[in-house]
Order: sequence, then C-alpha cells, then structure tokens
Amino acid sequence: MIRVNGVERQLPGDPRTLLSDHLRHNLGLTGTHVGCEHGVCGCCTVLFDGKPVRSCLLFAVQAAGHEVTTIEGLAKPDAPLHPIQQAFHDAHALQCGFCTPGFVLAVKGLLDEHPDPTDEEIEEGISGNLCRCTGYANIRKAVRKAAAAR
Amino acid sequence: MTTRWFGERVARREDDRLLRGHGRFTDDVGDGALEACFVRSPYAHARVISIDTTQAKKLPGVHAVYTARDLPFGDRDLPLLIPHPALTNGRTQRCLAGETVRYAGEAVAFVVADSRYLAEDAADLVDVEYEPLPVAWPLEQAAEDPANLAAELTQEAGDVAEALAAAPRRQKLRFRYERGAAAPMEARATWARWDPAEQRLTMYDSTQSPTSIRGGLAVLFGLPETSVEVIAPDVGGGFGPKIMLFYPDELLTPFAAMQLGRPVKWTEDRREHFTAVNQERAQAHEVEVAYDGEGRVTALDVDFIHDAGAYTPYGIILPIITAGQIPGPYRVPNYRVRFRDIYTNATPTSPYRGAGRPHACFVMERTLDAIAKDLGLTRDEVRRRNLIQPDQFPYEVGVGWQDGNRVIYDSGNFPGLLEKALQNLGPRPPGDHVGMGLGMYVEGTGVGPYEGAHVQVLVGGKVIASTALPTQGQAHATVFAQIVADQLGVEPGDVTVTTGDTRRFQWGVGTFASRAAVVAGNAMAVAAGLVAEKAKRIAAEHLEVDEADLELAEGAVRVKGAAHKQMPLAAVAVLSNPVRYAFGGGTEAATQFTPKARPGPPLPEGERPGLEATGYFSPIGSAWASGCHAAWVRVDPQTFRLQILRYVVVHDCGRVINPMVLEGQIQGGVAQGIGGAFYERLAYDAEAQLRNASFMEFLMPYATEVPDVLIDHQETPSPLNPLGVKGAGEAGVIPVGAVIASAVEEALGVPITEMPLSPLRLFELTREPA
Repeated sequence: MIRVNGVERQLPGDPRTLLSDHLRHNLGLTGTHVGCEHGVCGCCTVLFDGKPVRSCLLFAVQAAGHEVTTIEGLAKPDAPLHPIQQAFHDAHALQCGFCTPGFVLAVKGLLDEHPDPTDEEIEEGISGNLCRCTGYANIRKAVRKAAAAR
Repeated sequence: MTTRWFGERVARREDDRLLRGHGRFTDDVGDGALEACFVRSPYAHARVISIDTTQAKKLPGVHAVYTARDLPFGDRDLPLLIPHPALTNGRTQRCLAGETVRYAGEAVAFVVADSRYLAEDAADLVDVEYEPLPVAWPLEQAAEDPANLAAELTQEAGDVAEALAAAPRRQKLRFRYERGAAAPMEARATWARWDPAEQRLTMYDSTQSPTSIRGGLAVLFGLPETSVEVIAPDVGGGFGPKIMLFYPDELLTPFAAMQLGRPVKWTEDRREHFTAVNQERAQAHEVEVAYDGEGRVTALDVDFIHDAGAYTPYGIILPIITAGQIPGPYRVPNYRVRFRDIYTNATPTSPYRGAGRPHACFVMERTLDAIAKDLGLTRDEVRRRNLIQPDQFPYEVGVGWQDGNRVIYDSGNFPGLLEKALQNLGPRPPGDHVGMGLGMYVEGTGVGPYEGAHVQVLVGGKVIASTALPTQGQAHATVFAQIVADQLGVEPGDVTVTTGDTRRFQWGVGTFASRAAVVAGNAMAVAAGLVAEKAKRIAAEHLEVDEADLELAEGAVRVKGAAHKQMPLAAVAVLSNPVRYAFGGGTEAATQFTPKARPGPPLPEGERPGLEATGYFSPIGSAWASGCHAAWVRVDPQTFRLQILRYVVVHDCGRVINPMVLEGQIQGGVAQGIGGAFYERLAYDAEAQLRNASFMEFLMPYATEVPDVLIDHQETPSPLNPLGVKGAGEAGVIPVGAVIASAVEEALGVPITEMPLSPLRLFELTREPA
C-alpha cells in the first residue's frame, strides 16, 4: 500500500510500473504530468514524504509505506487554492499549464525548507524544472508572492 | 459600446483547473484505451528489405501490429499541404514507410497492446531488415547534388546588379543557422474512438489544427465530415510543430480504433519527439550588400539554402518567409533573394516559433553591424539611417508573402522603437568582456484565410463563445472573453470560451503565425457585435424604444441615459426563442399566451431563434508587428559562460488586449530565443543521426539562464482589422540570435556569423586565426 494524498491506495500488479504511470493511469491522478521520463524536466514532481521527487524515476512499488502528495492533494477540489497556487495565478506564472503542477510542488518543497528564501535560494529551488512557455520571470515572482503570503 | 475590458490586465480564466491538476491533456483522456507505440527507423536513409512481425504478434496482450502493407492507405503519399509552383520536386511521406526510410525516426510499424509497457515489449520483437543507403547530409553537401533540390525561387525588387555596380562600398558575408527544436513540455498524443452504432469517429489530438485533421480523416476514411469530431483539449505548448498533416499516429490511432473496436491511444515519449516531430531553422546564407558612405543600404543580394529535411509536407513556406522578412524594418531599394530548398536525410521541417524569421533577422542585423564596423558608425546609428519612416506606410518590400499576397507593411513606427529601447537599455555596465546587443525586426502576423466564432447568451444570462482554433497556453479563454465582454456589456468572468473543438465550431484554420488574436479575436468581436445588435432589436420591441437609444452594459440592455429602463440579457435570451413548452429558467415569458410586443409571426421573418450569432473575419493581408531588442551581455573569458546583465524589449503589436498576457508571451519568447541562441543545438553526426535526443544533452534553459526581461510597449494600431491588433506570439524569439551575436562579438572581439553558439564554440572561435 501507499498513501496518496492521505488515502491508502493499492500498489500496481506489474512491479515495473513507474510511480508516475501508477498515479496517472491506475489512480486517475492525471495532474502529475510526464514531460521527459528521464528525470530532467520536473513535470512529474510529487512530494515523497514531503520532499519533491521525480515520480518518473521511481517504481511505484518503491513508494510502498511512504506518503505521496500530488498536485490534487494540495487544495481540496472545493477549497480555495493553496497560497502557492494562488501566487502562480496572481503572478501569471503559467501559460499552457503542463509544467505547472511540478513547479508548484517543487516550490512547496522549497518554501517548507526556506520559508523566506533569498533570490539565490529561489533560483536553486526552481532550477530543476523546465518551463517552455513563461520564461521563468513570473515564476520567480510567484515564489516571492507565495513566501510573502505565508 | 463602453469598452472596459480590452487593454486590461484581466486575470486568466483558465488557471484554476490547471493549477489544481484538473487540466485535460490528451494523455489524460479516456482510461481503458488500448495503447500503441511505434517501431522507428534507426537509419537516416535505407531500403526496407523485410519486416517480420510474427514474434511481436504472439506476445500476450498484443492486439495488432501494422506495417505499410496492412494499411488500405499504406501506398498513398500523404498530402502536400501547401503546394507552390516553385516546388517542382515536392515529396511527402507515407503513413508508415514500406520501401524506403529517409530519416532516422521515420515510422515503420505501429504496435497496439493492452498497455504501453506491453506495446514497447512487442515493438522490440518486430524484426526489420534494412539496407543502408548513402546519406544526404550535411546541408551544404546535400546541396551539391541536384537530385536533392526540392525548389528554387528567385525574387527581385529594383535592379540589384546595377545598384551593386554603382555602390561606393560593398561587402560579402556568410551567415549560418543550425537546426533547433520547439520542444514543448508536452510531447504529442492522440486518442481515438470509433462508435459503430453512430458511425462516428472521435479523436483527441494535441494538434494546432483540429479542423484540418478532421477534414483529412473524413477524406481518408470516406466518412462525412459531420461524422468526424476532432478535439484539441489542453495542449502543453505547441510552438509550431504540432501543426502537420499527418503525423502517422493521427491516422493510425483512429484506424486501429476502427479496426479493433476499442479506443486506442498513443503518447509520444521524449526521445521519439526529438526525431519524429518536425524541426526547423537550418539555413546557410551568402550575402552581398552595397551601401553609401553614410551607411545607407543601396542593394542587398541574398542567396540561401534551406534544409527541408526528408520531405516537404509544408511546401516552401519557411524559405518564403525568410525571403520576405530579411529586409526587416529597413529601406532596401534594390533587393534580390534566391533560395534553394534542399532535401536532407533528417527529420522534416515546418514552422517553429519564429518560422524563417530568426534567421532572416540574423542575416539583416549582422549585415548592418558589419556596415557599422566598416564605416566606424555605432550600431544604433547605422540602423537609424536605414529605418523606414513612420510616414512611409503602407510600405511595399517588393517580394511575395506566405499568404500569396505581397509583403506590405500596414503600419509602424520603427524609429520610435529604437529610441525607446536604447533609453530603456541604459548605460554600459562596468566590467570587461561586456558587449551590447541590438536587433530589430518586423513580423507578418495574423495571416488568413479566416477564422470564425460563435457567441451565445444562454437563458441564464451567461455567455458561451467558441472558435475552431485551439490553444496551447496563449490565454485565449481570457482574451477572447475580454473582447466578447466588451461587446455584450458583461464581465469576462461571465464568458466561457471553448477553442479547438470541432463539435462546437467546425469552420476555421488553426493556431500558427501569431494569428489567433488577430483573426479569431476579430471574429469574436464580429460575432459578439451581431449578438449585441440582436439583443437591441428584441429589447427595443419590449421596451418600446428605438434600437439606437439602447446600449449593453452591466448584463442588461438599457436605455442610454435612463439606465433603470432596462432588460437583463437573460430575459432577452429567453424572448429570442419563442417556445410552446416552457422549460424553466424564466422561459414561460416566451410562451404563446404571454402579451406580445408586436404583431406578426412569433419569430420575425428572416430572424433566427436564440440570442446567438456566428461571425467571421478574413484579413486582406498580414498585420505587421515590429520591435527592438537590446541587451548588455557579459561573456566569461575563461569559461565562456554567458551572463545577460540586462535585456530590454520594446514591442509594437498594435492595440494590446491584455498587457499581462502579452508580456508573458514576450518573456517566454525571449527565453526560447536565448535557448536557441546559446544552448540548444540539434547535433547531427555525419550519418545524420541525432546525437543529443534528450533533455540531458539538448540544453533548454532553466530559470538560471533566463533574466527578467524589461518589456515596454508602443501601440501603432493595424488599419487592417477592426480591433487594430497585431500578433505577438513569436516576437519574443525573432531577434534574440542577432542580439546575442552582436553582444558576444563586441564582448570577445571575434566575428560571430553562426547560430547557435555555445561555450565550446566560443572557445574555438577565440582560438581560430583571424
């Protein structure tokens, strides 16, 4: 079993199933996106026991006994956006939205570790995620807004 | 009409669901589909001797393995999308290669199984025997063999030979651009379902042109177009290459779904995206420029070769755009341009954000820098002396354009852009190895033929609007809502926009060439304007006033100057549709025993039911956007790392619908330009094998490589459309290569004549003998 967004879920029958595929196609959590499947783009970032990891580089079975948070677990469907999501909206930090869940969770990890990050820490915190639309300026801005809102 | 929302920084309507992970991209659609994968050629050029699928088909969970001979359309060449008389040797690929493969990555077989995992297992068992053939590569070498010539076109304005002969000064220059890749974060995907009871084909496709895909599928499968539905749902970036007819999966997922009676989907992985999706930008240019002692260009003669790749499905649009855009914002009284479109054994090419323009801009801007250097002028002064002046519009360049018309600039103020950019750039930062980069451009945007829109006020008063072109992040749901909201006197939040779904709107072309805001935006305004007129007609009867005295504001039709005398749009929507049977929502007001506003039939002659309208916009020519980029750049003399100290953009795309969205487009475009100028090179080897087909080795910029760009606007409305807008999608990319080259040349003192650069290449250049 793994805990996904606070709920106990089954592990896949086929042990080679990637965590990203298990989340998306077996558990229906399609907010986790797959951009490269070789651990570079960061689109598939989820929180693994609270820390950002790339779910395309893990087998689902490796998550047995661990707590996984996906983008769907950050704010409940009827609840307001999480402050990081709200900051991304306010700063126009997303365009196509494909990289966005990965960025939001990477920023969650960053702000949990550095609640008041310096510009260098922000750069470091988001430099494992690729975005092809925004040119990053508004993502940096969103991180500052989210930190200020905490 | 009270214009309220046009020009405002309206927050995006599409963000909420994307931020919550509730977006719907093609690979998110329809669990339970069979999944497919391709067998692709490892050779750049080879004869296919045999394909043995026996073992693959035996694997449990495999439903089908298709090769060319299994397809009823297997021996048919796919359509040549944009024919041109100069394309005398056009060539398109087949859905699956049966006899010859012409690039590494060309599809040979298609495997359908219970899961992608099993499909990939089976693909490994497909045994293909190839006989390798000689490879046409690189571009310059391929150009030496006449058999590789796809097209040749020469255009001339003025008399170049005479002007060259008469000129006091001349230079010969060579400039080269290498291939790059759009690399959207979402690779391509298709999902198809065949409903045998309804004889209906439904396909989700990450395409930039669902209407074209629908038309093509109807023809290929012999179905009425009305029985084919194509939806481009959320698309994770497009940037050009997602518009093509057909990538093989766009035929094979629907074909397999019809054959197997199950939904079938295919999702591209990143590695195959690098070789299976169209690329762009490789061109080699020879330039001769003539100018007077003041640095004024008197003649420009450009001869270039374009790397078409293995096929020419997109015709010769790319070199046509380059040819049309080289003179840019400058007066070139005598201009001759010849291009040859050359087949190579590499992935086919089609437009990638900028589409022929970054290289065109590079050629012209580098040429002006060379003139400045020769005459000891500053780079801004040489530009100032050559710019087309604000009183010279419309300005005809003298060559042809990609829409079949001539290149005619509709409006602009180029000197204004230059001066504003220089002012915003500010003084030279301290330190060594710092260079200034400067680049100006024009961009023909908003090409036809047309787009359309449907706008409807629902009986609840909310508004829905739809257009056929799809969205890949451009905030259409917001900017189109702003346009509609202004016409109807409602708020953008009351307008729900649907794009790229043929079930909602079936007529249209697609999202490319910075055209959505211009063509679909104006269509939205036309449709919403018709709805507003209709609302006034209906309300005028019931309020017993003249239509001319009515206005739409705050969700109602009201009498100007007497706002209390009004009718909510919801009530007008109800009355627009006379009913026999009330169905709630206030519709009892439209039944037969309620008092009538006028005599005659319930639905007036010539009127249609519903508070809705369809509108179209078909531009007579491109709306030409323009801009100036300038930068201070430092190059580390030891590591050759690039540090962009300051980057400014002054951009003119006519009237701005939403500055926030526009600035996002420009910042993102500059980032992509920086990638293409210094980090991203598609590295092919001598056998035309792509050696860096992963994000590990094809280095796209992270946040660490992209500065915050200082963006400023100038607004010169386009006279060619009612909203006065011009496109903005590609502007950020176009001059970046020229700007970086100019800056690096000054910073290091070595001539820069090629793109992209890299630390290694700069190291080599600084060690080459002068």
